[in-house]
Amino acid sequence: MKRIIQYCLLVLFAACVVVVGVLYWMGTRDDAAPSPVVVQAGAGGTAEGQRLVEQGRYLARLGNCMGCHTVPGGQAYAGGTPIPTPFGTLYGPNITPDPQAGIGGWNADDFWQALHNGKSKDGSLLYPAFPYTEYTRVSRADSDALFAFLRTVTPSSQPSRAHELKFPYDQRGLLAFWRALYFEPGVLPTDESQSVQWNRGRYLVEGLGHCAACHAPRNSLGATRAADGLTGGMIMGLDWYAPALTADPVRGLGKWTAHDIAALLRTGMAQHSTASGPMAEVVLGSSQYLSEADALAMGTYLKSLPPTQGSPDASSGSQSDAATQPSNAVMDRGGKLYAQHCAQCHQDQGQGSGLAWPPLAGNPTVTAPSPINAIRLVLDGAYAPATAANPRPHGMPPFGQVLGDNDIAALVSFIRFSWDNRASAVTAFEVKRVRDASR
Amino acid sequence: MPAVHCPDFFPLQQSMSASSMSASSMSAFSCRYRIGWSLRWIFGLAVTAISVLSPVSAQSAPGNDLLQPGTMQARVAACTACHGEQGKAGADGYYPRLAGKPSDYLYHQLLNFRDGLRLYRPMTHLLAGLPDDYLREIAAYFADQHVPYPPAVRAAVSPDMLEHGRVLAMQGDPARGLPACVACHGTALSGHSPAIPGLLGLPRDYIGAQIGGWKNGLRRAAAPDCMADVAQKLTPEDIGALSAWLSSRPVVEPYQPDPAGETALPAECGSQAQR
Repeated sequence: MKRIIQYCLLVLFAACVVVVGVLYWMGTRDDAAPSPVVVQAGAGGTAEGQRLVEQGRYLARLGNCMGCHTVPGGQAYAGGTPIPTPFGTLYGPNITPDPQAGIGGWNADDFWQALHNGKSKDGSLLYPAFPYTEYTRVSRADSDALFAFLRTVTPSSQPSRAHELKFPYDQRGLLAFWRALYFEPGVLPTDESQSVQWNRGRYLVEGLGHCAACHAPRNSLGATRAADGLTGGMIMGLDWYAPALTADPVRGLGKWTAHDIAALLRTGMAQHSTASGPMAEVVLGSSQYLSEADALAMGTYLKSLPPTQGSPDASSGSQSDAATQPSNAVMDRGGKLYAQHCAQCHQDQGQGSGLAWPPLAGNPTVTAPSPINAIRLVLDGAYAPATAANPRPHGMPPFGQVLGDNDIAALVSFIRFSWDNRASAVTAFEVKRVRDASR
Repeated sequence: MPAVHCPDFFPLQQSMSASSMSASSMSAFSCRYRIGWSLRWIFGLAVTAISVLSPVSAQSAPGNDLLQPGTMQARVAACTACHGEQGKAGADGYYPRLAGKPSDYLYHQLLNFRDGLRLYRPMTHLLAGLPDDYLREIAAYFADQHVPYPPAVRAAVSPDMLEHGRVLAMQGDPARGLPACVACHGTALSGHSPAIPGLLGLPRDYIGAQIGGWKNGLRRAAAPDCMADVAQKLTPEDIGALSAWLSSRPVVEPYQPDPAGETALPAECGSQAQR
């Protein structure tokens, strides 16, 4: 009997070792690398080299590389930007061509290895805060162009800052298992049943644009799953809500046209809404530089996504039921505050005024399943992102210093349930939580 | 208080009489005198009264529809919510006046907030997406606003403390290597064009908080950071005395920054070269 138990345990142990081994192998294996484009990287002198650099400059904007690799007011691509996550804070590294502090010692293959396989030059596994889960879909030609451009930026000797992660997340080797579960390297094959424009849009949305980094729900290990799609969710570490990009008419982009989406990406404004919070940063540093054709391609692809079904946030109540409707007293109080503080710009019926002051009626930022963005905007105010189309944006004043939590709760409840808006009421407790978190 | 309201309603006379009488000697009598003297300017007065009364009514009745999209006044509504109409300072003494400060000074503060040299989260948040050109335009807008200053509030501190503040501000303390405030901030403490602010008309708490901010790195400027060097040498007693004395001083009109390049500064300041 004893021998049988011993035997079983041994088999179990061996099975575990095999499973762990297989997972480790899955998490560390490479995708076969397509052959590099035959262009001398850094050969800026030739016309072809120069074209590659310019293409890379455009792609670096699309990927918003500076968002994580440049601090405000700091040297471009010298790194140091904190990226807060529930697992600790990561810092974007120096990716200038400095041989010691940056990636001056890398070649185009090493760069491809990072972008496509999520591995550093020395083979160590990269944290997926660097969105290689999406960048893996970038073509080898675009990867080479990006690398050629990064060779031309001014080198910085500023050393990359070490990540500050909690145990066990600071154990890089464990990333192998995360990758085995959630990372599949590979470029997207062209979908022949769709238009060239749609395929280009999907390439940008699912690849360099890395929209899923914010607009897809994440599980407790910080992973997004392709099956969930771009159904929206709270942005990990930032306390902003990223709306669904699906065809849902209330929570998603159902009422938007592809041109509306392109306008928001390029100008920061569309007829329904103005970019705010992290999306304002994206417009500012990245999407405003999209060519008209690329922006429209992204809009076209996003418009083809099916409506939200069974997403984790769908149940949290964007459509108000009786239990979450604001009371008459709250609506009265909110209405008075609205007339006093908001109507001057956003107008009596929440219709807004041109592109200076966005409408609140039918604005998805107002009616989102989570009220957090609306609460933050009332508390902290905001300027629309400055873009070529809107270089001198109008600003929304902060009200956190003049209105208390109860007043802001009533006000936000009022705008979420007035006109044709039918979103759930907000409590003073929710306002307080947002206020405390953003201190 | 007629001495305060007089220049508000009759700004034409204010500039005309500035050479013949100092604003600090203004009284109800001088106001009436100047009204009589200026009857022949009646048309000018009518026009001026209309233009000056409009923003006054805007202050008294927030929520009316005076803001027009596309105007600078509308674009800076996010600023004036705290800093007061036309940037004349907030209600509670914490949000400083912006109106009439040297344009480059305001521009540098906007840059420094946006880029993290000066730490105050609400400002950094608002400015995050704004380009240099627009910040320069916003700075120029507030530098061009000329609204009357409220009367100074005399700090309830001992005469010795006020005297200590006065000596530091006017003479400095050469033994400790402390330059006088007037050496940089203008002979009448009204600032120095284009980038050194005046020090009068500010609340006592605000002045104390700013010097404290320089001392502990919450507020910084372009290197070499001369004001940080000065703040490092100030003791808590010095800071208390300076903020008490400066906030007690009345603002004497015309309160204009000294012209650029008139005096040599006692220290090299990066803020003066920052563009």
